[in-house]
Amino acid sequence: MRYLLRQLGLYILAAWASLTLNFIVPRLAPGDPASAMFARYKGQLQPEALAALREAFGFTGGPLHEQYAAYLVHLFRGDLGVSVAYFPAKVTDVLAMGLGWTALLTGSSVVVAFALGSLLGVIAAWRRGGAFDATLPPLLVFLGAFPYFWLAMMLLYGFGFTLDVLPLRHAYADTLAPSMSVSFVASVVEHLLLPATSIVLASVGGWMLSMRSSMIGVLAEDYVTMAHAKGLSPLRIMFHYAARNALLPNVTGFGMALGFVLGGSLLTEIVFSYPGQGYLLVQAVRSQDYPLMQGIFLTITMAVLAANFLVDVLYVWLDPRTRGR
Amino acid sequence: MQTPKIPRKAAAGLVILGVFFLMALVGPLVAPHDPMAFVDIPLQPPSRVHLLGTTGQGQDVWSQTIAGARSSLLVGFVAGLMMTTIGAIVGAVAGTFGGLVDDVLSLLTNVSLVIPALPLAVVLAAYLPAGTRALLVVLVTTGWAWNARVVRAQVLSLRNKDFVAAAIVTGESRLHIVFREILPNMTSVLASCFISATVYAIGAQVGLEFLGLGDMSLVTWGTNLYWASNDAALLTGAWWTLVPTGLSVALVGTALVLVSFSLDEITNPRLRAVSASARALAARGIRMGASTPVVRDHG
Repeated sequence: MRYLLRQLGLYILAAWASLTLNFIVPRLAPGDPASAMFARYKGQLQPEALAALREAFGFTGGPLHEQYAAYLVHLFRGDLGVSVAYFPAKVTDVLAMGLGWTALLTGSSVVVAFALGSLLGVIAAWRRGGAFDATLPPLLVFLGAFPYFWLAMMLLYGFGFTLDVLPLRHAYADTLAPSMSVSFVASVVEHLLLPATSIVLASVGGWMLSMRSSMIGVLAEDYVTMAHAKGLSPLRIMFHYAARNALLPNVTGFGMALGFVLGGSLLTEIVFSYPGQGYLLVQAVRSQDYPLMQGIFLTITMAVLAANFLVDVLYVWLDPRTRGR
Repeated sequence: MQTPKIPRKAAAGLVILGVFFLMALVGPLVAPHDPMAFVDIPLQPPSRVHLLGTTGQGQDVWSQTIAGARSSLLVGFVAGLMMTTIGAIVGAVAGTFGGLVDDVLSLLTNVSLVIPALPLAVVLAAYLPAGTRALLVVLVTTGWAWNARVVRAQVLSLRNKDFVAAAIVTGESRLHIVFREILPNMTSVLASCFISATVYAIGAQVGLEFLGLGDMSLVTWGTNLYWASNDAALLTGAWWTLVPTGLSVALVGTALVLVSFSLDEITNPRLRAVSASARALAARGIRMGASTPVVRDHG
């Protein structure tokens, strides 16, 4: 329990740090930040919208702590300002459009990569020095060294463009309206396949290597030798004795890796015009939509922090030793 | 003491890195064209005139790849060096001083670790003026924390060793102990920190520039991919505008990882014993057992 409370404290602090960074960074930019930021919108935005934006970001002209207070008040009311690229939509509404798609894409590919990578790591450690162990890790390291979005482009070129077997862009067929029908869900899965595969390909190697090394450590433990001596079947030793215990360090790494994989999947979304946060991000960069960019930063950070906490809860549930402390 | 042979993995990694360094150093002198210049009909496939074809703006892809090597490797290695230095100082100070200093620094490290790097990098890069210096600031701010954590853990395990106790008894100052006793004894950890920081820096730089953040007037691996995607290279089938750059990024990344693996093997006798005994067993046609072998120093 103390462990969980301490982690929760860390995440709350991290959340506050990112809120504050979000406030400070625009003010660190050279020159007068407020006018530099808002000069770009002259002619694009109505005066009322500009005023609302200034208020949401606390650029009210008062001393810094008052600006900060105003910014926090607006934030806790759920006001992230007005998007420039999607004017006059509110940033929160624009973000809500993409959140589900990003969660679907990143969530499914992270889970698949984690499960697959851990399984491959178990097998590689079990057959250490064998052909499987000699070829797969270097190959996956090589794949993992490619930028996520580059693998995405190659898959798009190969399967979408040259072979024309899978869709090139978007999250579902343009002819369908979102519903819970079979054809819609099938279309979503079909559109998910390529982007998810590129993320899995790029990230599976990392899981495999960390699982492999923690598995090698566990295999040297006395209880594994004991299990061998008892004459248990290799499969039982491999999964029930060794893999279960070797999985723990990988679970701790899960939360940390999530932020990294999310970054990569944002770029993958751009390649496939997948309508998630990544796609919004590139729109925001192209139209210099600072409120939207900062909104994306805040939402993704909060999501990663929440996911990290869930992983910690899972960890306590999996490892009885953490409960005693 | 015997000097360890350079393992095959490290040799392969070093050769690849050497080729890219050479490319970055003398490449621009031997490159056939100015990477920015319009030299031929756009989107020509690879041919004898243009080894890797031309881009959507009629530039020579081979010249652009070479020019990209120089800027991307420079930024990657400088950023990697800065991240390692900052991480080493923070981690070493936290680990040696302990107490309140450690609490504050560890908290700072952990907070920076859980904030996702790319979204933060995007916000920073968007507000800072485009350019190499801003890019370095962005990369270092988002990437130093991992090194600090690794170095701190290593310092904690070294702190209780006899030679540190001896230094304390001799009355050396704490700073002397950090920088002259502890840090030199973890060179291999620092080296692998530097390698992973460099891999991160190159990847993040390419990602940011692909998004369109950074100085788009420069030729780097990131801007090459940005322009290729902007010119809809894939939808016109122009794979040659993407493949050389992506392959270069991956080869450099893999080479760095290979060197780092071998560093582990050289400095961690257990891992070396594993691969040595696996080889010995395989030569005799015996399948590897489940136990982890212990290293023996003779032979």
